[in-house]
Amino acid sequence: MLGAFLETLIGGLLTGVLYSLVALGFVLIFKASGVFNFAQGAMVLFAALTIARLSGEIDNKEVHLANFVVAAAILGLAVALIGWYAWREFVARGGGPDERRKMQILAAVGALVGGIAAYSYGKGAWPIWLAIAATAAIMGLLAYAIERLVLRHLVNQEGIILFMATLGIANFLDGFGQTLWGSDIYKINLGLPKDPIFLFEAVFPGGLLVDPGELVAAAIAAGLVVVLAIFFQKTRVGRALRAVADDHAAAQSVGIPLNTIWLIVWTVSGLVALAAGLIWGAKLGVQFSISLIALKALPVLILGGFTSVPGAIVGGLIIGAGEKLSEVFLAPILVKAFDLAGGGIENWFAYMLALVFLLFRPQGLFGERIIERV
Amino acid sequence: MLYREAGQFKTTYVADQQIFPILQDRIFVLAVIVAAFLAVPMFASPYLYTEILIPFLILSLAAIGLNILVGYCGQVSLGTGGFMAVGAYAAYNLWLRVPELNNLIVVFLFGGLMAAAVGILFGIPSLRIKGFYLAVATLASQFFLDWLFARVKWLTNYTPSGSVAVGNLSVFGWKIETPADRYLLILGLVVVATVVAKNLVRGHIGRSWMAIRDMDIAAEIVGFRPLRTKLTAFAVSSFFIGVAGAMWAFLRLGAWEPLAFDINRSFQILFMVIIGGLGSLLGSFLGAAFIVLMPILLNQLPGWFGIRMSTALLSHLEFMVFGAMIVFFLIVEPHGLARLWAVAKEKLRLWPFPH
Repeated sequence: MLGAFLETLIGGLLTGVLYSLVALGFVLIFKASGVFNFAQGAMVLFAALTIARLSGEIDNKEVHLANFVVAAAILGLAVALIGWYAWREFVARGGGPDERRKMQILAAVGALVGGIAAYSYGKGAWPIWLAIAATAAIMGLLAYAIERLVLRHLVNQEGIILFMATLGIANFLDGFGQTLWGSDIYKINLGLPKDPIFLFEAVFPGGLLVDPGELVAAAIAAGLVVVLAIFFQKTRVGRALRAVADDHAAAQSVGIPLNTIWLIVWTVSGLVALAAGLIWGAKLGVQFSISLIALKALPVLILGGFTSVPGAIVGGLIIGAGEKLSEVFLAPILVKAFDLAGGGIENWFAYMLALVFLLFRPQGLFGERIIERV
Repeated sequence: MLYREAGQFKTTYVADQQIFPILQDRIFVLAVIVAAFLAVPMFASPYLYTEILIPFLILSLAAIGLNILVGYCGQVSLGTGGFMAVGAYAAYNLWLRVPELNNLIVVFLFGGLMAAAVGILFGIPSLRIKGFYLAVATLASQFFLDWLFARVKWLTNYTPSGSVAVGNLSVFGWKIETPADRYLLILGLVVVATVVAKNLVRGHIGRSWMAIRDMDIAAEIVGFRPLRTKLTAFAVSSFFIGVAGAMWAFLRLGAWEPLAFDINRSFQILFMVIIGGLGSLLGSFLGAAFIVLMPILLNQLPGWFGIRMSTALLSHLEFMVFGAMIVFFLIVEPHGLARLWAVAKEKLRLWPFPH
């Protein structure tokens, strides 16, 4: 019994790490811009689809012509729009050498992305590291587009309006990713070990069964968290981010460029989405349902607090463990007691768990204390 | 020129406190209602009824319900689908287990009342939890209720697939069979519900909701009780949503399963409220019309231009255009279609001499 319990617990904790990874993307954006970014799940899906299509062998050689034309048209339109915006700003600022260099970088990245997209339709099967690097560039471009086309126009709107805008972005990205890359189920091959390993065979009969893929994933996630923590605490940009998180107006008045900061934050959470997409994709295969893990990350978010990076980690662990334990140990009891048609309580259990926590601490475990003044 | 209130003097308090103080507004609204009751049934085809008018009216009612909670009381809820499901299944169980009753009005009211009770239950956390924390917490109700109706066999009368069906419906002896019958019944109920909602939000109770929305602590200090105010908002909102859910199940679907009320339904209705305009009953209707019509339009559009596409691609494009339209609307008019309407009316009052 203890062995089974520990095994479930470990499995839950490892899944929880992945939840925290998604929640982390939410937290980063909420901290820096007060936007409750519902598009995080769609970003995970988009990143995963991109990696999968760039790195994977394409079984289906027949690439739909309409697909290609539409995707190319949309991509062209997006690039043209961004270019137009950038050019307008370039002209407005008088076009110093700094601006010129920025434009050149932008053009180079745009050309690179266009090349990648065009090339990948023909071939596929890139080495995984190249695919990841290319996807990172695309996520950066995506962040730029979101900042330019959406957020900049919605400055000073209420939180709910921004939230709805990210719902729109999520819809758009879901459709865009699938138009661009197709909607089949793809695989991401990270070369992770597949055979389960057994721990503590001396202590428990048969040992504890652990999936090594999940262990690697958890290690990647933990590494990412450490890097992010260092980035936030030690670098100049990280300090600026924290300043913006504390007070927009004050940060702006001491000369921190808000738009650049937002761009950085969205890029970073795009990269976090990439990591999440990579790991989830390797584990479950890349398909539409991957964007639904945003819904799994939400209880993590309210449990840990919207503004706390450690909260996202601890919250993820609690939710992951709670979910698995409840499914294994609580669900059968409920099924027997109420004559249910199967368990499946993990969908709502995490939310209920978070809700109970919230009743005692309305700002989450690690969230900033809510001080209300009239 | 026509739309001018000059010369319309109010000499009594009753005249001053009408819902539509301007004569032209009264005539317009009356004309719309009469047209909806009399003119539409003369030419409408079954397709128009079942795909456009019926969904539009029912979802408008749900949007009104959600607007009461989000727009008037300021409590963001993502659990609308769950409350619709409560209304639908409560109505189903009453209809099933008390067959001699067989009166849709009573059945719908029962669905609404049960939804209101569940709404109060899930509204209790709103006393402690605020803002986005509450929004996410209301997802708990959505997922829990989804699960409840999928798993508890008694609620779905032990059907093996979990899907239930209704038939042989009537109201006070009036058999509801054709789409036109269903349309007229829904229209009547929605008109009554809208009048009730309008009078609620402009009366004492609506003002207390708005006070809580604008600043809850200040409202508490001047004497509004947050417990009562918030929970009445949850109850009234859930009642409307529950009735809408029961109507959706009985009169739109006929046979349904819990998936009909999943989280996408919640988001759809929230979209209606935001696009239509927070804190506006007219906005609920405009938003519902927009959200119901747009997918149909997007579906038809390529066909009109002679472009043939695979259905998968079409649905992906629909997602994209829908998302882009949402963002576009929020940028252009964050206060919704109702604000556009108000601006147009303001312009009309001064036309043709704007100064």
